[in-house]
Amino acid sequence: MSSYYDTSQFKKGLKLQFDGQPYNVVDSEFRKPGKGQAVYTLRVKNLLTGNVVEKNFRSGDKIEAADVHETNLQYLYNDSTHWHFMHPETFEQYAIAKGALGDDWKYLVEEMKVGATFWNGQPITITCPNHVVLAVTYCEPGARGNTATNVLKPAQVETGGEFGVPIFINIGDLVKIDTRTGSYVERVQNR
Amino acid sequence: MTESAGEPDHRPSASLATLRRRAELLALTRRFFEDRGVLEVETPALSRGVVVERHLDPFSLDVSGDGGPLYLHTSPEACMKRLLAAGSGPIHQVCRVFRHGECGSLHNPEFTLLEWYRPGFDLSALMDEVEELLATLLPGLAPQASREVRSYRDLFVTGIGLDPFACTEAECARKTRELGIDAPPHLSGRGVDPWLDLLLSLHLQPGLGAEGPLFLVDFPPSQASLARMLRDGDGREVAARFEVFLRGMEVANGYHELLDAREQRRRFHEANRLRKEDGRAVLPPDERLLSSLAEGLPDCAGVAVGFDRLVMLATSARTLADVLAFPHDRM
Repeated sequence: MSSYYDTSQFKKGLKLQFDGQPYNVVDSEFRKPGKGQAVYTLRVKNLLTGNVVEKNFRSGDKIEAADVHETNLQYLYNDSTHWHFMHPETFEQYAIAKGALGDDWKYLVEEMKVGATFWNGQPITITCPNHVVLAVTYCEPGARGNTATNVLKPAQVETGGEFGVPIFINIGDLVKIDTRTGSYVERVQNR
Repeated sequence: MTESAGEPDHRPSASLATLRRRAELLALTRRFFEDRGVLEVETPALSRGVVVERHLDPFSLDVSGDGGPLYLHTSPEACMKRLLAAGSGPIHQVCRVFRHGECGSLHNPEFTLLEWYRPGFDLSALMDEVEELLATLLPGLAPQASREVRSYRDLFVTGIGLDPFACTEAECARKTRELGIDAPPHLSGRGVDPWLDLLLSLHLQPGLGAEGPLFLVDFPPSQASLARMLRDGDGREVAARFEVFLRGMEVANGYHELLDAREQRRRFHEANRLRKEDGRAVLPPDERLLSSLAEGLPDCAGVAVGFDRLVMLATSARTLADVLAFPHDRM
């Protein structure tokens, strides 16, 4: 399944492959001197490493399309080296190494649905929902009456991750965390 | 490519304020030429033949039973030269031209050229007039007497230490690598011009015309297009051609026109040969233009100005779409 894009099809969001790596087109520019040769410049992001590079092409050049698609996965469990997910429709299971998850492993609770980018049939990155509710499994006792949220103490949560939470938080409390920043949002009563 | 970020594409991409400014600039242009006795003409956009260029692809129309395809002009050059040969005297035209495959933040397949011809002018006189026009339309950005003139060779030698008239493809490739520019695939074996175009477009051009119009002169003979040849100060053969850059954008292309019909035909054939090598369609040369040249064109200099780009400069627009009522993705 090798399909190609040619320069007339270049645009943001296209998934390409070269040097055996998958890239997402972040930006596409066309330049042409008055009577001279045109050059297409693509700013592309390596979907594995995150590196952004510029690649230039001439009219008619063809680039291999990358077999990249987005879908949803459901988190199942982890064995501390690999995090296991299942596709909710095919029920196929996938294992992603902890290293490939960045900091995201801290947010993953059983049955959580995440976005996933697949390349050649394997997930390469996941995207957590913007917020997640996590139960605090350990922290220093909360000082009664202190409702200020600007002073933080470390707290361990059910996933094994650690976050800064306000002083009044106790073990067993449910905290909402912003997955984009890793910061405490609020205490909640239910998930 | 232009992205309209979810805006409904039936609406114009240019603001009404920009459209008003555009109309003002058109009126100023008309008055500029009227004051100078340069007649306004209108010539057909459709033609049977093409002014064949290596890198310009015209739109073609297949009208069955009409004696072959028709082409939309990539510039009004051919017809305007036929008028000159018929004794029109100085003429100008503001018209739409069509270039297939040209889409980008500074390109639209259909755009507006202001083109004019001056019998009896040499390049220097025409450059003076271009400078005057820019001063009239863009007094803030291109005030009178703010122009800089540089030779193509000097730009490359001073800018990146490469002599465009004496370099090899290998030297161009090495320089491109040194500058951290990714070279397109399969660029080798096509001469130095594609490398020079790449280096000019991506590396040298953005810095040109930062403070006033920059006139780039003395182009390599292989890039002469429709210009005659002359000798530069060092006796080197160069094309009698200039390009004007302002704020890193190319805004005009001027020539001391080639008058020899045989040489023009030879250049059309050469352009077709290179097109074929590049994997592009071969095109029928404009025979009526060649007949006019054979009959005799007065000695003249001509220039094409990207009118939309002037409107961009006048309105501080970032993209061409900002100054077009409806760019290609809203046709």
